[in-house]
Amino acid sequence: MKESSASAIVINEADNVGLAVKDLKTGDSIAISVDGTERTVTLKNDIKFLHKFALTDIKSGDKILKYGQVIGGATRDIAAGEHVHTHNIKSLRGQYSRSKARSEGK
Amino acid sequence: MQLYGYRRPDGRVGFRNHVLILPTAICSASVAEKIAQLVPGTTWANNNTGCCLLGEDIDIYRRTIVNTAGHPNVAATLIIGLGCETISAAMAAAEIEKFGKPVRHLAIQTDGGVRKTIEKGVILAKELLAYASKSKREPASVSDLIVGLECGGSDPASGITANPATGAAVDRVIDEGGSAILGETDEWIGAEMILTSRAKTKAIARDTLRLVRRFERHVKAHGSNLSDGQPTRGNQAAGLSTIEEKSLGCISKLGSREISEVLEYSEIPTKKGAILLDTPGFDVTSVVGIIAGGCQVMVFTTGLGTPVGNPIAPVIKVSSNSLTYERMKDAIDINAGTILEGKETIAGVGNRIYAMILRVLSGEMPKAEQLGQIQYGIWRATTEL
Repeated sequence: MKESSASAIVINEADNVGLAVKDLKTGDSIAISVDGTERTVTLKNDIKFLHKFALTDIKSGDKILKYGQVIGGATRDIAAGEHVHTHNIKSLRGQYSRSKARSEGK
Repeated sequence: MQLYGYRRPDGRVGFRNHVLILPTAICSASVAEKIAQLVPGTTWANNNTGCCLLGEDIDIYRRTIVNTAGHPNVAATLIIGLGCETISAAMAAAEIEKFGKPVRHLAIQTDGGVRKTIEKGVILAKELLAYASKSKREPASVSDLIVGLECGGSDPASGITANPATGAAVDRVIDEGGSAILGETDEWIGAEMILTSRAKTKAIARDTLRLVRRFERHVKAHGSNLSDGQPTRGNQAAGLSTIEEKSLGCISKLGSREISEVLEYSEIPTKKGAILLDTPGFDVTSVVGIIAGGCQVMVFTTGLGTPVGNPIAPVIKVSSNSLTYERMKDAIDINAGTILEGKETIAGVGNRIYAMILRVLSGEMPKAEQLGQIQYGIWRATTEL
């Protein structure tokens, strides 16, 4: 773990999402310190225990990084402090495309 | 701590001394269960299949029942068949004999029906129990050990508490000459490059990627998205959004040492060290495939809490967070949620897991064993005919 405050952690300095380690409320100011650099993220949604929130503004199509690794792509723009979950990111693996399968005659 | 185990004829060491009642089809499972109930001290493994199997599944199925009976925690086996199933009790017994341990078999269709088979089975089971009772424990070491690894009902804490703490214990086991097996192939997806970077040879890296691609192909061949079932509904409610996120947490159970072998479901390792074995993410069938490989004990991490155990090897349960531990204390042995609260380190919980592994090998019953949790199901890769 790179850094922690009492309410949230950032696992790797490359990450663009943080992890709530208790239930957090809209408007909460979360102090994040990554490798000694302090910054504050104001939450735009309630974030439940162990759920993710954006540390920076993320554009639709951008990669989501946790553990310093790609965990998916943003399906729409996500503002810093927003809840990051299945409603705005998706897996980049094992996705079956019905339209692609049709065009290939399967 | 000096370990003592049962050295079996094939050289592997068991830390339990089971007489196993093993059905060769779902059709004979209730008879096997009845015999196990009538002969206290025996155990039994359920059967969810056994008939109308296709090629790939025949291999998986045969290997699983044979290697489950051959497992070093098993002293002797009584096989209960129906008669017409894909692999009959006699066929299974012929293969299991290679392990050099006593094996007996009955079939309902040729041994006089249900009641007669139960009567005969009780007599045979008692004989095998008397045989097993004469087994002696001899000095053994961590180098005789294979630790199975599993996670079930994962949450986002699993990947930063329970799983890396298990990985720390696994590193200690491997450094002392032992082994550990990681399964759940669909939970390598998105993290496979971390695994391949640890592969001892290029062939091992290639095999790792081959298993991952095969899994993805299977999913797509059914016109499905992996995300239809992974992460599970429960994983998602807990906060895991994608399979990549789940995988990156999952693989930390295998610690950090070089990967020495890649195996198919239920295969027995030929190498020591960190080993990958092809299983699905579904925990019960995954546990069965990993333990069939010869793991004498399993460490099973959980975020949401699960009672799942196994009839062959004791299962140590580690929770990723304190809420789950408090809610399900009766089924969970170790709480790694203390890492999240800053009360313990990953290494500290890893040491507790390592110490418990040794105690369980020496006879201590973890919660799943105390509760009689012996879920057993065999993976089906294709379809039923």
